[in-house]
Amino acid sequence: MMGSIRLPLHDPLAVIGLGIYLFFIFMAVFAPYIATHDPNEILFTSEFALAADLTPGTEGYILGTTTLGRDIFSQIVWGARSALLIGLTAAFMVALIGSIVGIVAGYFGGWVDTVLMRLADVAFGIPFLPFVIVLAAFLEPSIWNVVIAMALVLWRDTGRVIRSQTLTLRNRVYVEAARVSGSSDLKIILRHIAPNVLPLSFLYGSIAIGWAILTEASISFLGFGDPDSISWGYMLQDAFASQALSKGSYYWFVPPGFLIILIVSAGFFISRGYEQILFPKLDR
Amino acid sequence: MKAITVIGARLLQTAFVLLAVITILFFMFRLMPGSPLAAYIDPNFTPEQQAALMARFGLDQPLWRQYLIYLGNLMQGDLGESFFYRQPVAERVLALLPNTLILTFTSLIVAYVFGVLAGAYLAWKRGSVVEQVGVPLVLTTRAMPEFWLGMLLLAVFSFGMGWFPAGGTRPPGAEYDTLWALYTSADFWWHMTLPVLTLAIYSQGLPLLLMRSNMMDVMREDFVTMARIKGLSTFSVVIRHAARNALLPVMTSFAIAVGYQIQGNVVVETVFSWPGLGRELVRAVSTADYPLAQGAFLMIAVVVILMNLVADLLYAALDPRVTRE
Repeated sequence: MMGSIRLPLHDPLAVIGLGIYLFFIFMAVFAPYIATHDPNEILFTSEFALAADLTPGTEGYILGTTTLGRDIFSQIVWGARSALLIGLTAAFMVALIGSIVGIVAGYFGGWVDTVLMRLADVAFGIPFLPFVIVLAAFLEPSIWNVVIAMALVLWRDTGRVIRSQTLTLRNRVYVEAARVSGSSDLKIILRHIAPNVLPLSFLYGSIAIGWAILTEASISFLGFGDPDSISWGYMLQDAFASQALSKGSYYWFVPPGFLIILIVSAGFFISRGYEQILFPKLDR
Repeated sequence: MKAITVIGARLLQTAFVLLAVITILFFMFRLMPGSPLAAYIDPNFTPEQQAALMARFGLDQPLWRQYLIYLGNLMQGDLGESFFYRQPVAERVLALLPNTLILTFTSLIVAYVFGVLAGAYLAWKRGSVVEQVGVPLVLTTRAMPEFWLGMLLLAVFSFGMGWFPAGGTRPPGAEYDTLWALYTSADFWWHMTLPVLTLAIYSQGLPLLLMRSNMMDVMREDFVTMARIKGLSTFSVVIRHAARNALLPVMTSFAIAVGYQIQGNVVVETVFSWPGLGRELVRAVSTADYPLAQGAFLMIAVVVILMNLVADLLYAALDPRVTRE
């Protein structure tokens, strides 16, 4: 099972997902070179009027401009940075905390297990999006609020799954053998338990990336996002508040949503690839 | 273990979670930046009103006393006074709850009817092109930001075609004598069509994928093979034998889905100006109406916790192994 921390290249959908990720990573890394304008710059037409609500292609604006005269294409490109940054850090936190909680609860059992699993019950009782909203309102507006909220609440799913996996590992012969031969708990966990639950952490991590991006989009859309960073959620809020729907400015609000779908479903496709590695039963 | 013991344990656990969430809510609003008084007192209240609220919530007392008073008030259904509406939070929140519940249940019923049928169909068509296109397509709907889907439907069907209203629950100026008259009016359902569609498209993925994988499990069971050997038609095997057995776990997930949906309603209610708990929470938080924000949050949390309980109990009822342990 240790060998399963490999990329799921056997599954065509997962390969498509990985390809989409490479595309977005490229876009995020080279954003300054790909973007045609500063995403925050207020632009003017050749006649020195505000370049407001220009349709795609006008005056060289690939996807047109917003009501405030900003270039939509450049905002899209820069948005990939926030999406990847939030998605990857939040997923890392969720997978890390969930794995630690799950391993500790499953390995030590007893009152440690009871306490941690009751905490998980409580986390399941917290409505996630409302929680992020309240947290974002009380903290300074920042893209990290979503990451903090996810780290505080969403470890629950990963934690439970990793715990039950650890429970089955704990009684395996080689773990017993290590224990009898005097290995410390820490050594057993690091050498025998952790490597075997790592693929599961990866699986839940790849799902969490999508959750984080969707959550950030919702929070920005509701107006609790970071006003200084350009994200796809922020673009959608801007479009919604600027009456883009009644003006029929599809070129403004369709692309950000489309890219969110693309990157989130890429995460789902990759996670399905991992599932088939982990649970070959499904692969039929 | 007896069934009664299982139910008792679950109820106890639910009470514990509820108390814990209430406690978290209390401290979250007390530890926020600014004066601890801000959670209950609007600077615009008159000195008399402020003094009355100070006494009612014991705001001049130490934190642990405040917590006990808060719990006591909560038991009596006292959630404080809304800054904006100048009316008890409990009244306001209870008035909005039906709107949210009707929206949630209607959309989930639509989603489950569609999801169960389509899931069974995809399991039946296993390995075909329909399945190879269908499954990624369903995963894609799960990846959509719900509010974006709502925006798209609004732009096309409301602003573009003019088929549906852009928001709210009734045409401007329309009055109804009772709430019942509103909920049963054609206008109400007309206004609810797009929000329901939005939520249903997003939610059908869960029952669909569950139904599909359950069906595939059930189809390999002996009694299905038996039915085939007896010479029953594929249709009859799928509907009479496999689908019935695959359906139960999907039904259990309905309760969980209600809990998830009610959290996600926050954005969709905002897009469609639907006067429900989620939109109220957003408005209360952005206008710093803290008592109302706490009340709306608590109400949503109560629904989530109750639905988790219902799912647990259903699961125990349907899977005898849980009670027999």
